[in-house]
Parts: sequence; structure tokens; C-alpha cells
Amino acid sequence: MDPSSIPALPRGVRLHFDKIRDTWVLLAPERAVTLDAIGHAVLSEVDGRRSFAEITASLAEKYSAPQAQIADDSEGFLTALRNRRFLDVSP
Amino acid sequence: MTVPPIAMLAELTYRCPLSCPYCSNPIEMAQQDQELETATWADVFRQAADLGVLQLHLSGGEPASRRDLTELVHAARTAGLYTNLITSGIGLSQKRLAELDEAGLDHIQLSLQGTDAGMADMIGGYRGGFDRKMKVAGWIAEIGFPLTLNAVLHRKNLHQLPRAIEMAVEMGARRIEVATVQFHGWALQNRDALMPTKEQAKEATRIVAEARVALKGKLVIDYVPADYHSDYPKRCMGGWGTTGLNVAPDGLVLPCHAAQSIPHLEFESVRYRRLRDIWYDSAAFNAYRGTDWMADPCKSCERKTVDFGGCRCQAMALLGDANATDPVCVKSPHHGRLQDQAAAHASAEAELVYRSAPAKAP
Repeated sequence: MDPSSIPALPRGVRLHFDKIRDTWVLLAPERAVTLDAIGHAVLSEVDGRRSFAEITASLAEKYSAPQAQIADDSEGFLTALRNRRFLDVSP
Repeated sequence: MTVPPIAMLAELTYRCPLSCPYCSNPIEMAQQDQELETATWADVFRQAADLGVLQLHLSGGEPASRRDLTELVHAARTAGLYTNLITSGIGLSQKRLAELDEAGLDHIQLSLQGTDAGMADMIGGYRGGFDRKMKVAGWIAEIGFPLTLNAVLHRKNLHQLPRAIEMAVEMGARRIEVATVQFHGWALQNRDALMPTKEQAKEATRIVAEARVALKGKLVIDYVPADYHSDYPKRCMGGWGTTGLNVAPDGLVLPCHAAQSIPHLEFESVRYRRLRDIWYDSAAFNAYRGTDWMADPCKSCERKTVDFGGCRCQAMALLGDANATDPVCVKSPHHGRLQDQAAAHASAEAELVYRSAPAKAP
């Protein structure tokens, strides 16, 4: 994912806290994706305004981890969501 | 250990303007006056959310035939459920779609009987249905609802698959379900008319594989292959009583929409018992849960938790024994006979038997 790309959750895709299973899930058309702590942290930063670089910088600060490592860890996850049409990325 | 269900299919009504010959509704349909009332459905939605259901599929029949559809969507969203409408589009106006948007409807799955009016209206048994559906698809796009196109395919329309995929892209759908007819309910009576040939099934698999590559990131393609021509059975319902449940129009709770075709099972109603108790404790839900019920070849099979022996209703319909290995499986002693049967159906000719309407109140 390009550092300047802006990820956004499209209409019909939303974060939801599953009280019964005590976990965050991503609800999407006819699918529910269970999120681990990293997945939830990344998607919580996705607001449709900030770029991938800004998001990883914010996470790096929050979790005192190298930004490059965070970018590495989250890129595969976000690309997989994008391929399933659970994430829009512009441009 | 029994885990909570993720999805619930709410069959709001068996009424439908279409009469597709592969309808998954039972041959014997409940009467219209036995449909659950708005408030009962709303309570069932709350119970479902409390039980762990995340995804609610509002289906039928045609769910738009319920006058209270908007209220039901609102109740489902208030309960915290992701709400999906499974519709032919008939009965939805621009105004009604705007109301559903307001009520919080999350997603629409629009069925496709054919890629032109001639095919679609012949299969649906409803003249003008295709043109109306195209109008509805336009309104759905205008509002911006996420859309899945559900193309139901069989021998008569499998050649239209490439066009169906194009239409999904044109409509702005994010996803298409390429669903080869499963032979339950009404479809079971129409096997001579609808069974795809083995060549058609292969061709569909090839088209889907190519389109998945060409449309990666643009259109997601879910594919239900022609199972009589497969070597391993489908993982029906993700495993009996593991993932989903189905509430029929009259409130009976079923492990799958065809479960009433298994005559020795008794089903309980949300009118008399809590959904949670039915899910965890009822005999019908426990009948084929896990692997204890299995006999060989399933019992000693390394795939037994992959496909759970396939479809119980299919074993019942084809072998008269709901405990048997689904005969689609190469390990079933009946597999060879099923393949011969599939070839015979595929080369037969027959008139379509259309679904008939549910009985009116007396």
C-alpha cells in the first residue's frame, strides 16, 4: 500500500464489539471477521481522511514500536480486506 | 462444545410474486395467517443478538411482501444486528428503499433469474419482473446500498454466467454469488429440467476462476458449484447447529431451510420457547451436531470435520437416510449411482414445475 494512500471503511462495513464472544469484529456484507488486537488497533485509526503513513505513524507513537514494522504488520491485513471489498483505498 | 450462532435467516413470509422452479421454500407451505407478527419478530431479533448472532438475513419468500419490512429492519438494527435483505426486488419502490435506508438496512442481496427479460421472466414465472428488477438495481445504486448480486444458475441459463458477472460490475455490486441450483425443495422435482451437464459445470468453474483474477479487488465472486458433479460434498450450513439457524414464517426454528424434509425431526417454535434454549438444547439442533452421529465412511474419514458428511437433507432425499454420507462424496457407496443419475437428469427434457403459492387463510 502506498504511504500516501487513504484507506476508508466503505458503507456497510463497520467495527462492532461482540459482547457475547468478548471480541471486536468487522461486520461486512454477509461476513463477520474476528479481529485480533492489532487488527482492531489498525482499523480504529482508519477514518477515511488520514493516509496509510499517518496511520502507521500514529500507531508507532501509541505503541512505541518502529513505524516500518507497523506498516509491515498492517499492510497484508489491509490488502486482504481491500481484496474482499471490505476496505476502499484512494487513490 | 456448542458455540453461539453467527447468522440467522429470518424467512419473514413464504409469499412471493415469483414462482421460481428451484425455490428453497418447502413444498408444503405454512398458511399466510400463521406468519409471526411484527412484535414477535422484533423480540426474536433481540433474542438472536443476545445469543450471539451478528448477521441477520431477511428472506422469504419475498420479504418485501411484508408490509412491516421497514419496521422489522429498524427493530433488527436496534437489536444490534447487521441487516441484510435478500430480495428479488419485486415490491420495492424508490420510496420504500429510502425508508429502508432510513431504518438502517446494511446490505441488499438481489437475486438474478436470468440476464435478459426472456430468460428471467420465464424462470421467475413473472412477466415484467426483469425490467422492474433493473429499475430497483438503479435505485439501490443511487442510495448507495452495498449490493451483492445473486445469480442462480442451472442448465437453462448457465451460458449467461459471463453476462451476469458483467451486470454485477455495471450495477456497482461489490460481490456476486454464482450459485448453481442445489436440488432441494422445488428444485428436486425439476432435476430433469435444471440439472446442468458436467461440461457446463466445468465451464462455470473455469469462468469463475478467470473472472476472479480479472476482477480482483473490484468484484468478489463467491461460487457454489454444481454439487451432483462434485467429488466431495458441501459443508452444509458450515456444520449442523454450528454457525447458523433459520426461523420459518410461522416461527419454527430450523437448523437449515430444508430441515423439515427430515421427517423424524421435531422442530420448536419461538412462540413457545426461547431461541437460546432451542439452539442449545433442542433435539433437532443436537441431532447432527459434531461427529458422534456418524457411521462409516464418515466416522473414520479425515475430512469429517471439513464437510461434516455433507448435507443431511440431501442424504434423506436421495437415500432415505439422513444419517448416511451425502452421496455426492466419492467415498459414499452410492456416489457412482448419483453420477449416473446426474448425467441422466442432465440429458433429460422436462417442463418446469413452478413453485405454487402458500395456502391462503381459510
